[in-house]
Amino acid sequence: MEESRGPVLRVEDIRKSYGDNNVLNGVSFDVKLGDTKVIIGPSGTGKSTLLRCINHLDIPDSGKIFLNGEEVHGSKKNISKYRRQIGFVFQDFNLFDHLTALGNVMLGPIRVLNMSKEEARELARTELDRVGLQDKADLYPAQLSGGQQQRVSIARTLAMNPLLILFDEPTSALDPELIGEVLEVMRNLALSGMTMVVVTHEMGFARSVANEIIFMENGKILEQGPPNKIFYQPELERTKRFMHKISELYGREDREPQVAENQDNERRDNELEDDV
Amino acid sequence: MVEFDFFREIIFPKLMEGTLMTIVLIVLSVIPQVLIGILIAVGRVYGNKVISRLSLVYVVFFRGTPLLVLLFILYYGLPTLGIYLHPILAAVAGFAMCGGAYQSEYIRGAIQSIKAGQMRAALSLGLTRTRAVLFVILPQALRRALPGISNEITYLVKYSSLAFMITVIELTGAGKIIAGRYFIYTYIFTLIAAVYLVLVSVVTRVQKSLEVRYRYPGIESGGR
Repeated sequence: MEESRGPVLRVEDIRKSYGDNNVLNGVSFDVKLGDTKVIIGPSGTGKSTLLRCINHLDIPDSGKIFLNGEEVHGSKKNISKYRRQIGFVFQDFNLFDHLTALGNVMLGPIRVLNMSKEEARELARTELDRVGLQDKADLYPAQLSGGQQQRVSIARTLAMNPLLILFDEPTSALDPELIGEVLEVMRNLALSGMTMVVVTHEMGFARSVANEIIFMENGKILEQGPPNKIFYQPELERTKRFMHKISELYGREDREPQVAENQDNERRDNELEDDV
Repeated sequence: MVEFDFFREIIFPKLMEGTLMTIVLIVLSVIPQVLIGILIAVGRVYGNKVISRLSLVYVVFFRGTPLLVLLFILYYGLPTLGIYLHPILAAVAGFAMCGGAYQSEYIRGAIQSIKAGQMRAALSLGLTRTRAVLFVILPQALRRALPGISNEITYLVKYSSLAFMITVIELTGAGKIIAGRYFIYTYIFTLIAAVYLVLVSVVTRVQKSLEVRYRYPGIESGGR
């Protein structure tokens, strides 16, 4: 019982480099049960690498990860036991192309949790229902829109009943009209008490859902705090500039379920490239 | 040219026996050949350094040596080591090992065409690497490799005739014996060619029906 009071996830001084390129220079933070942490920062700052290090899709060079107080490390076999407890939602969905939406959600429960097919099917239907896709169960990824694919991938993760879910820019590969439906699913998840770590540029989501925002640059956390502080009274000049830039680019207070205009979006992309 | 009775009593039974033997050789070789192909391909892509290197050596060796030489080694060479293989077994072993090397390259190509994200997604669900390969990568890769795999099987249909060189009387061998005895080469070998054509058509048919059966949306299929 003591353990459950501690952080669900503790990240301690994670470092990672690829050759001469130091991507992560000692990142530490805690995530408590029910937290929604949003990680923001310029591209190439190591946000995605950080998420991948957390579930050892990339192996950190040094540093420690604790899941419910237990250190995540060890052999390949061991690591899959941790991974099943950490959901991961990818920028480009990565649904299994040869399986229907239902099949995608069933695979984990059957092949990892050794659930029977019937049980898994039942569970998969429930999870698809939760993301509003019960009627798409028999369609293949190629037959789904990007937003629907991302929602299936969230359902696939939920079916594993994870302790927390990592979201790696879950809306960045989506057409602007499809972003809202994914954000809405994520917002409901957060409201239902799911523990989440989200890398995103969606400032509306960050401001309204996050209980803490982490601002990263050059593989380090520069500043972190509640949205109100990061948005309106950041301590660092750098944070202020980034927040200013990004809210200029991303405009709206809160995009969901509104639709950003395509024109805005193109402009945004161009400017983003400049910024990066 | 050839009387019907002669065909019915001499040619047909002999060629029929040969055809059956050819079919036996093919059927026995196909599954081990494809299995070897899968193992070697997976070993090369996902194996550790040692396994990957060994798999490469396998491919280099079996692609680099003539099948006929391999058959001679298996049948005429191994007895000097005290290993006596039945000629059919020697032929099947040769076809499986050699064809397996070629199959592995088709399958490896297909595996490597699967986006890395599929593996990452499988691992992130908590699948072990082995299970990810079995349940996520191979189901997709084998579908993509199917045209290549059947290609090799059509070769197998034809190079099964090499078994004659190690005393297995299969279709070509049976034909050669009759043709030589009765001096009717053109007739017999045309007939034999037709039989091979039929066998290959069967392979193509099976390939087609497997492709249709395992097709999923997102794979371009062409036609109709």
